[in-house]
Amino acid sequence: MQYLLLIYANEAEADKMRESGHKDMMDAYRSFTQSIIEKGNFKAGDALQRTSNATTVRVRNGKTLTTDGPFAETREQLGGYYLIEAKDLDEATVIAARVPSAKFGSIEVRPIMVYS
Amino acid sequence: MTAAPAIRPLRATPARREHRMHEGEIERIFRDEAGRVLATLIRLVGDFELAEEALQDAFAAAVEQWTAVPANPRAWLVNVGRNKAIDRIRRQIRLRAKRRYFEAEAIIASQALPPEADEDAFGDDMLRLIFTCCHPALSMETRVALTLRAICGLSTEAVARAFLVNEETMAQRLVRAKRKIRGAGIPYATPSADMLDERLDGVLAVIYLVFSEGYAGTSGAALMREDLAREAIRLGRLLEELLHGRSAIAGLLALMLLHDARRATRASADGDIVLLEDQDRSQWDQAQIADGLALVERALCAPERPSVYTVQAAIAALHARARHHQDTDWPQIVGLYEVLLRLQPSPVVELNHAAAVSMVDGPARALDLIDALTARGDLAGYHLLPSVRANLLNRQGRREEARAAYQEALVLAKLDPERRLIVKRLAELD
Repeated sequence: MQYLLLIYANEAEADKMRESGHKDMMDAYRSFTQSIIEKGNFKAGDALQRTSNATTVRVRNGKTLTTDGPFAETREQLGGYYLIEAKDLDEATVIAARVPSAKFGSIEVRPIMVYS
Repeated sequence: MTAAPAIRPLRATPARREHRMHEGEIERIFRDEAGRVLATLIRLVGDFELAEEALQDAFAAAVEQWTAVPANPRAWLVNVGRNKAIDRIRRQIRLRAKRRYFEAEAIIASQALPPEADEDAFGDDMLRLIFTCCHPALSMETRVALTLRAICGLSTEAVARAFLVNEETMAQRLVRAKRKIRGAGIPYATPSADMLDERLDGVLAVIYLVFSEGYAGTSGAALMREDLAREAIRLGRLLEELLHGRSAIAGLLALMLLHDARRATRASADGDIVLLEDQDRSQWDQAQIADGLALVERALCAPERPSVYTVQAAIAALHARARHHQDTDWPQIVGLYEVLLRLQPSPVVELNHAAAVSMVDGPARALDLIDALTARGDLAGYHLLPSVRANLLNRQGRREEARAAYQEALVLAKLDPERRLIVKRLAELD
């Protein structure tokens, strides 16, 4: 099965961490990504820019409405994702627990919809 | 007309209506076998909902066909259920893509059918189903509901009644749970060795919750609560039988048996609470106590660190062993509460510890502990905190302060029997 791991963390805290131990975090992500590539679980993955650079688009009555910022104001923000291949939810949660941000943020594990 | 079943029932009996079995007897077999038959069917057909439907079909066939109980009713039901599942898939050809049908049939054909008398295979399936129903990706209330429905074989209506929701709400909750199991890829498997202990803790938590709801349920009809306690004990026994060498299971089972052995004496005929010191000990279920004591002994002898259930069971064992209230080994109970506080610090355990301390060192020292607990505010709103305090004050002869504390408890107590007990204590102060 395929799962999307959505990485949520508080941007302000993440910024602070970036200032203090940026290199450690980058290294942790690099080695985590490398390990899931080697195991064959990795399908895709990216980090996202800050939500202050986000734009939200809605179409209402045929008109496109564009607003600055994310869809919802929340305590933790979506900061990146991995698309992984895993045998089942147990394997997916073990991988999610190894995402470096899981130690201070949250990883939402979402199964990918399969149309038949 | 559906195609002929691929495999014949082991002991097909011609339908002779005049010789059909009494439905009550089939009902009993249903209750005993539903969990294991479902567990094996899920493995064979690879889908929770399809397996449930096939189980219902198999029981309907049993009602129709049995003139006597087959030599191995479980194997009969699994075989018939498996064939019914194949029938159902065939009927769905028109509704679904053919490709999926062939895939599904290939899966069923590739699964080994358990040999007729292979208890181990059935046991393994049952264990898988238990771990699936108690999976941490499901909410706690869903785990409890699914366990009662799938493992204990309770009807959806009975599960709904136990948790005071209507049947439709419960049915929807169960459907959503099964969709998540399939959709999210919750495995139908016993966890790997490195995850087993953690996941077992989750299963024990579900069983303990079912028991607690049955033992001291805050709601629901009295009769139903008793049923829940019985189901929890049945689950404990089942787990104990399936998974060897885990002392936490023996500890939890012992805890439940020892508490439940006192059931008949915990309330008067009028529904008033009878406290431990006033219970008629000659009415305690001695056979169940003996069972519980042997299990505690075994759990305590295990090499690993005792679980919180084992320590609580050891405390219950000391109460159960005392012929009279004044024979209770309070120093050892205090020691066990201290062990429990180290394993799982909790203000409720602190309160119990303080009450036990009062039996060893007197009310003054216990009051110090209670005052410290009150100052922290962790138990604010919990009626037993002022109740225990009132009892200690009264034992010191401080009647007015005791009265004030009981009145405080009366404001906080929710259940009628609890309130009546406090009113009785207030009257005794006069």
